[in-house]
Amino acid sequence: MDIADLKVPAPTMTALTTPFWNAAQQGRLTIQRCEACGKAIFYPRGVCPHCWGTALQWEDASGRGLLKSFSVVHRPGHPGWLPIAPYTVGLVELAEGPTMLSFILRDPGDEIAVGAAMQLAPTLIGGRILPAFRQQTTFHERTGK
Amino acid sequence: MTMRRSKGVIAGIGELRPVRRTEGVTTLELIAEVSRRAAMDAGLEPGQIDGLLVGPQVGETPQHVPATVAEYLGLQPAMANVVDLGGASGPGMVWRAAAAIEAGMCEAVLCVLANTRDETPARSPNRNPIREFDVPFGASGANISYALLMQAHMAAYGSTPEDFARIAAAERANALKNPDAIFHDRPATIDDILSSPMVASPLHLLEIVMPVAGGDAVIVVSAERARSLPRNSVHLLGAGEKVTHRAVSQAPSLTSGPLKAAMSRALSQSGTTADEMSLLSLYDCYTIMVATTLEDSGLCGPGEFGAWLRQHDLSHAGDFPLNTHGGQLGFGQPDLAGGMTHVVEAVRQLRGDAHGRQIANARLALVTGNGATMSEATALVLGAG
Repeated sequence: MDIADLKVPAPTMTALTTPFWNAAQQGRLTIQRCEACGKAIFYPRGVCPHCWGTALQWEDASGRGLLKSFSVVHRPGHPGWLPIAPYTVGLVELAEGPTMLSFILRDPGDEIAVGAAMQLAPTLIGGRILPAFRQQTTFHERTGK
Repeated sequence: MTMRRSKGVIAGIGELRPVRRTEGVTTLELIAEVSRRAAMDAGLEPGQIDGLLVGPQVGETPQHVPATVAEYLGLQPAMANVVDLGGASGPGMVWRAAAAIEAGMCEAVLCVLANTRDETPARSPNRNPIREFDVPFGASGANISYALLMQAHMAAYGSTPEDFARIAAAERANALKNPDAIFHDRPATIDDILSSPMVASPLHLLEIVMPVAGGDAVIVVSAERARSLPRNSVHLLGAGEKVTHRAVSQAPSLTSGPLKAAMSRALSQSGTTADEMSLLSLYDCYTIMVATTLEDSGLCGPGEFGAWLRQHDLSHAGDFPLNTHGGQLGFGQPDLAGGMTHVVEAVRQLRGDAHGRQIANARLALVTGNGATMSEATALVLGAG
C-alpha cells in the first residue's frame, strides 16, 4: 500500500492549531515564537511554556534539524499503520530549538543514526500532507557507495 | 542505624494474582476484593477506614471515581481523591495518604488500584497535544516512546542490546520464585530476550511488560495507630515526586528522567543513600526504564548501568536484590496497579513475609513509580519497623 493511502488517525486540530495544519497542507512547517522571551516553541500553544507570554507569532521554520532519536516500528500501536510496517519515526530537534516527533522518510539502504542532519520533507500520508523529515544527504551520497 | 522519622505506616497490603482475561468482571468487583484483602491483612474493620485514594478508570467510571468506589465499598471517607500519575500512581498514593493523616484529615487511608482486561481493552478518546502531534505521524502507544528513549541511550553511551536484556533476564529469574507471577514457570535467558520479536527498534518483545488484569492495595495509618495493629510496621521514611512532560518529544532529557529528582528528595528526607538499600523495587515497564533509574539513583554513573549489572547479583540472595517479585517484566503489568506491586513487594520484604524469596535482614527499600513517557515520577524510601 502506498503511504498516501493509509487509513490512519487524522490530526485532531483545534482553532488555535489550524495555522500549523493549513501550512502543512502547503508544504510548510510553521511554528510559534514568543515575542516576550524570544524562544521558538512546538507544539503550538496558547501560552509560551518558557515565560507564559501570550504574544506568540507564527513563523516558518527553516526545515532543518538534528535527529535526537528514532525507532523502526515493526508492530504499530494503531493497526492503520500495519500496511507499511516497518517504518521509521524520530525526534527531530529543529534548528529553531524545540523538538517534534515526525515520520522519517527513508530510501532502501538509507542507513540512519542519532545526530543525523535532517531536512523537512512534506509528504502525503493517509490523505493529508504532513511535515515529515528525511536526512539532508542520504547514506549513499555521503559515502559514495 | 540513626533514628529516622516515620511519616506514616503501611499497615496492610492486598494483591490479586494477575490473569490475562477477566471477561464479565467489573473493576469495582476487583477493587472490592483487593481492598478486603488489604483490610484483613491490616486487622482493620471497614468502618475504621476513613480515607480513600483511587486511580482513574478508563471506560468504566470516567468521573466521580472516589464516590463510586466509596459507595460500592460502603465507606464514607473524610478524604477522597484520584491519583492520576500513570505507573507512579501507587507510590504517589502512599505519601499523599501519609500527608492527609498528618494534616489531621483522616486516620486510615485505603490506596487501591485494580483493572479488568477484556478482549478489547477500553480506550479513552483523547483530544490533546499527544493525540494531535504524535499519533498522526505513526507514533501511537508507549512502546515507541520508550524505544526512542532506549535508542538515545545507546547512541549517547554505547549501551548494547545485551545490557538491556540482562535486566529482563534477571527479573524473569526472580519471577520463578513468585508463584503469583504471570511468568512464574517460564524462565527467559538473555538469548531468549534478544531473539524475541522486534516491536519497535531497539525494543524486543520480552523487554516489554505483559498486560494483565489484577489489583494491588495498601492501607496507610499513622505510626501511633499502627502500634495497636497486628502486623509488623513498615514505615514511610521519605518521598519525592516530579512531573516533567507528557509527550516524549517534550522530554527535557532522553537519558535522565524525573525520578532523579524524586529519588534524591526521598533519599534526602529519609537520611539514607541508594547503596544502603536492602531492596531496589524499581518501576520497570521496559528494560530502559530500569537502566535509566539505576543511573539516576546514583548507584552508577550515566551510561554505566551495563557494567554495574555485570558486577551485581539482583536475586533475593544477591548483593543488590532488584524487583524480587519478578518486577512487572516477570509478574505482569496490571495496568496502574503495576506500580503498586513494587510497594507491596517492598512491604512483604520489610515485614519478612516474602516466602521463598525473603531477603535476609531486609531493613530499607527504595520504591519507584513512573508514568507516561518517563514523565511522572514518585520515589519512596520504606523502612522496617
